[in-house]
Amino acid sequence: MATSGTDTIQPTGAKPRPFFAPDRVLIYSLLIITSIYFLIPLYVMIITSLKDLDEIREGNIFIPTLKPTLDAWVKAWSAACTGLNCTGLAPGFWNSVFITVPSVVVSITVASISGYSLAMWPFKLAERCFVILLVGSFIPYQVFLYPLVIITREMGIYSTLYAVIFVHTVFGLPILTLLFRNYFASLPEELFKAARVDGAGYLRIFLQVLAPMSVPIFTVAVILQVTGIWNDFLFGVIYAGPTNYPMTVQLNNIVNSLQGVKEYNVEMAATILTGLVPLTIYFVSGKYFVRGIAAGAVKG
Amino acid sequence: MLSVSVKDLTLNFGAVSVLKNMNLDVEEGEFIVLLGPSGCGKSTLLNCLAGLLDISDGQIWIKGKNVTWAEPSERGIGMVFQSYALYPQMTVRGNLSFGLKIAGMSKDEIEKRVARASEILQIQPLLDRKPGALSGGQRQRVAIGRALVRDVDVFLFDEPLSNLDAKLRSELRVEIKRLHTRLNNTMVYVTHDQIEALTLADRIAVMKGGVIQQLADPQTIYNKPSNLFVAGFIGSPSMNFLSGKTIEGGKAFQFGDIRISLDGYDGGAVLERDQAVLGVRPEHITVSASQPAGPSIPAVVEIDEHLGADSLLWLKAGEKELCVRVPVEGRLPSGTKVHLGLDIAKASLFDAKTEQRI
Ligand SMILES: Nc1ncnc2c1ncn2[C@@H]1O[C@H](COP(=O)(O)OP(=O)(O)OP(=O)(O)O)[C@@H](O)[C@H]1O
Ligand SMILES: [Mg+2]
Repeated sequence: MATSGTDTIQPTGAKPRPFFAPDRVLIYSLLIITSIYFLIPLYVMIITSLKDLDEIREGNIFIPTLKPTLDAWVKAWSAACTGLNCTGLAPGFWNSVFITVPSVVVSITVASISGYSLAMWPFKLAERCFVILLVGSFIPYQVFLYPLVIITREMGIYSTLYAVIFVHTVFGLPILTLLFRNYFASLPEELFKAARVDGAGYLRIFLQVLAPMSVPIFTVAVILQVTGIWNDFLFGVIYAGPTNYPMTVQLNNIVNSLQGVKEYNVEMAATILTGLVPLTIYFVSGKYFVRGIAAGAVKG
Repeated sequence: MLSVSVKDLTLNFGAVSVLKNMNLDVEEGEFIVLLGPSGCGKSTLLNCLAGLLDISDGQIWIKGKNVTWAEPSERGIGMVFQSYALYPQMTVRGNLSFGLKIAGMSKDEIEKRVARASEILQIQPLLDRKPGALSGGQRQRVAIGRALVRDVDVFLFDEPLSNLDAKLRSELRVEIKRLHTRLNNTMVYVTHDQIEALTLADRIAVMKGGVIQQLADPQTIYNKPSNLFVAGFIGSPSMNFLSGKTIEGGKAFQFGDIRISLDGYDGGAVLERDQAVLGVRPEHITVSASQPAGPSIPAVVEIDEHLGADSLLWLKAGEKELCVRVPVEGRLPSGTKVHLGLDIAKASLFDAKTEQRI
């Protein structure tokens, strides 16, 4: 049977595809167009921020400068004016740091422990708490703006950084708790039981058994919170008070400042500076999104 | 001395009653297997013993102590789970010593116990690996080791072998048996694999719907099932059930218009019952080509399944499907007419209304 015929030999495996297959061309063109769409503004911002004002006035916004200078960046950071005071973005940056770090740490700590309790230690009202949280995460927060002004005033922290920290922490809790609850509920229950048989208690199970398996969800929570809080404008304007504005508010004030000439280079630099923190977070933590840390815990 | 004693245990999940007024006494060193279909409450019972579920009513005693409300770690039990449940971020050594560290044991003692357990289970070379780098069989060994190091009186196993392939399963089964012989602790072992149950158990508790149907040694369970459920659940292929009635004051069984003498039946007083079921295992039926002297059931061969050591004949006697296990001799083509003789001494007779064995 095998004597006559190379023609009976069939190729195996997937059919080799031409590089310019129609679907591939379509996907890549789409990707390239979207990238250009988002990258061109960034490109313009960067080269503009490196020019001096004279060069900007020439109007060739797409052409890179021949004599790049960091003057605009320095000014944006330390000398740009918002109305009367010319302190640049630096104070705003530190305000934002001082707001973001405690808000992120506190909200994630509280939410992860609450989520863990809801998922693993069902108590009588657990179901109800869950529903309340669910509803809570969908109420538009504008509804709470004014009540929170009163609450923070009564607490004696209105118009301070603590008020902003407090508000961010509280608003982060429902959605984060849900996030953690769902993640912990998806972990194998037998792991939790095994730890109990081993004599581990409430906190030890959380810290030594579950938390190390939960790096991905903690990463997601950190990204959500850092970008959310860093980019926030509204709470900063309302609760911080004029001397404590976060970076975003300060940026707005610089860009919308009506005095003097419009310094496009400084504005561009300031904008990039403000966006740098969330951007860094995305780059650094991206790989944890993908990584499955729980591999090997149970079957498979 | 009783090792584990369950008294009137009831467990409800909300309105659903999963375990109903259960009583179970396990002797020290005994190997008890809980066997039953999915959802009958085996794992639930085990979790109650372990203290992982709060029971609704009743008491649990372990080694003469009432542990009904004791923490899992205080009950002197070790547990092995179906999914292994190893801590993924710890090495095998870390997994084994986790509980001991919590108990505040000295470094030397931990070292000694880990060494002993890993020697018994032959996992010394794996001690510094993480669970992710182990095969299924190795993981389950480590999981057993985690119960072993705690030096407990009672081992609880929840379907420990059901995630393994057939070959590994039989290997580990033998190993668990060996472990039991060596350590002689009490073992409570959940499975729905009959072979595991029949080979491992000193006594089997067959459960259904949260109630123990029969608690007896494997022989008794197999040969004298106490009711129709146990009879049908144990044995593969399962027992043949002939519906009919008992006649002549209990001396014979009438199946259709065939009279089957109950001479030699090993059970209680048969009496006359107008609804009875005669259960005969496939290996307790003989097949002959010509009509034998005694009463027999005429049947037609449908399928002859060759299994290697023996064959299964699937037959039809009138409308009734029957299965018979026969030695592999001449094979019988489909359509062959045969006569079936029943071994009444090994058969079981049930009252169709109460479903209990007579
Ligand atoms: N947390 C719970 N809430 C409500 N019902 C439950 C809960 N856990 C188990 N059940 C119910 O209790 C019954 C017994 O469950 P259990 O896990 O003990 O079964 P099982 O005999 O171990 O079954 P399997 O062989 O599938 O493991 C099932 O009907 C199940 O639906
Ligand atoms: Mg189960």
